[in-house]
Amino acid sequence: MIALLAELSYWQITSIRLAAGLVAVLLVAGTLVYAHLFKMVSFMQSRLGPMEAGPYGSLQLLAEIGKFLQKEDIVPRRADRFVFKAAPFVVLTSTFLLLVVLPGGPDAWFITNDLGIYLAMAVSSVSVIGILMAGWGSASKYSLLGGLRATGQLIAYELPLLLAVVGVVIQAETMNLQEIVLAQANGEIFGWGLIGNPFILTQFAGFAIFMIAMQAELTQTPFDMPVAESELVTGYMTEYSGLRFLLFFIGEFATAGVFSAIAAVLFLGGWYVPGLDPTDNLFNVLGPLVLFGKVVVLTFVVFWVRFTFPRFREDQLQRLAWKFLVPLALANIVVTGVLKVVV
Amino acid sequence: MTPSGVLAASASGGDLFVAQNVFFGMIALVMVVSAIRCVTTRNVVHAALWLVLVLAGAAAQFILLGSEFVAVTQVLVYIGAIIVLFLFGIMLTKASMGDDDSVAGEKRLMASLVAVLLAVVMGIALIDSYSDTRVVIDEPQRFGAVSDAIFSQYIVAFEAVSVLLLAALIGAIVVARKE
Repeated sequence: MIALLAELSYWQITSIRLAAGLVAVLLVAGTLVYAHLFKMVSFMQSRLGPMEAGPYGSLQLLAEIGKFLQKEDIVPRRADRFVFKAAPFVVLTSTFLLLVVLPGGPDAWFITNDLGIYLAMAVSSVSVIGILMAGWGSASKYSLLGGLRATGQLIAYELPLLLAVVGVVIQAETMNLQEIVLAQANGEIFGWGLIGNPFILTQFAGFAIFMIAMQAELTQTPFDMPVAESELVTGYMTEYSGLRFLLFFIGEFATAGVFSAIAAVLFLGGWYVPGLDPTDNLFNVLGPLVLFGKVVVLTFVVFWVRFTFPRFREDQLQRLAWKFLVPLALANIVVTGVLKVVV
Repeated sequence: MTPSGVLAASASGGDLFVAQNVFFGMIALVMVVSAIRCVTTRNVVHAALWLVLVLAGAAAQFILLGSEFVAVTQVLVYIGAIIVLFLFGIMLTKASMGDDDSVAGEKRLMASLVAVLLAVVMGIALIDSYSDTRVVIDEPQRFGAVSDAIFSQYIVAFEAVSVLLLAALIGAIVVARKE
């Protein structure tokens, strides 16, 4: 397989990577919507969920896409047409750029360089501009309020998210996500190297902070003040219909998948499974599937929390970020740094 | 000569790559147009969004120069934080749709004077210092090399800037909290 890849020219490899990116975004978003949003929630609420389209409603997604594509693309009369129309694409661009840093195997990566997680944190903040564009461009009070709430929340939770990562970076001594995976695969727990050293064991505080901040970054309940349906309809998405609403919807679920994948890479060993040689060629095929499995598990937790807890108030939400998560993340960095030097 | 021949010739001669020059021109054009639109538009939100394009262009130029760390920092700090705060502030205070005639006020003459003066001073300074220097980019700058330089050679300057920023932060809180 490596010999085959080596013979391909630059544009062929780039096309393969583009196709892989599209598949990753659409497949992950589709799986999450079907498995978690349609089925898991239905079972939690003692109902069956969609059952008519295909066996167990498995073709419901295609029906939904067909429905959205048929709908009229409405732009409100007072809206700023260009800003309004461009906003979903800015959000989706951020998702695709975020995907680029993820490694799926020893040779199955989009880009691999030293920036790694730093690049991911930088491009994830671009989606905020898309959300503000949507909120302002709609010329609607609900949208503007939703956009402002979303921005305040995303700024507040970006900090603990970033700080939670620093502990892992200190321990792995690199920001390169590929090398973070290898550091976990080749690590040892007090000389016992059978399962490597997944950083969830040593960085559990970081993992907990990352998952909470991730839930807020994705504006999932209990952090869904920006799209609180009882007061703001759907926040910054209120005025969108048809294809553009579908883009926001795909963006939301694909971002949930990509953030979970980053969490899996940082804390759960990424594409590695214990017991195998991490340089094994097998991982170029098995790795993406392993990563996908870990993503499904982590997003299960995200949606489990989403459909279990009630919504935070705005002040509670800000207090949790600034007065609890940020100090805890800083303490985690100090402890990790001291242990790194001492041990 | 074929395009690839030009590329090979210039690469072997230690000059800047042709492809890099072409992309520099394209990105620079986008930046100049966006910058002009940024100061001529009468809609404050549009001005901030044009500024995003200018800053993204600057990040792209840094990538062309092989300085990935500076490029990503540009995105994280300027686009991810400063522009977002601009937009947030504008939308919290006056988020009027459409053009606002009070934006382009009578200070236009003074502003353009300052801008021209700044451009001339910076242009002369840059040409004077670097007109004889040729930039050779063999490989992207290593991330680790940047942090090594910051925490050894430039440690005093780095700490001074940190303290300055901290002071500004505390000062802002004190000013904002004064009842």
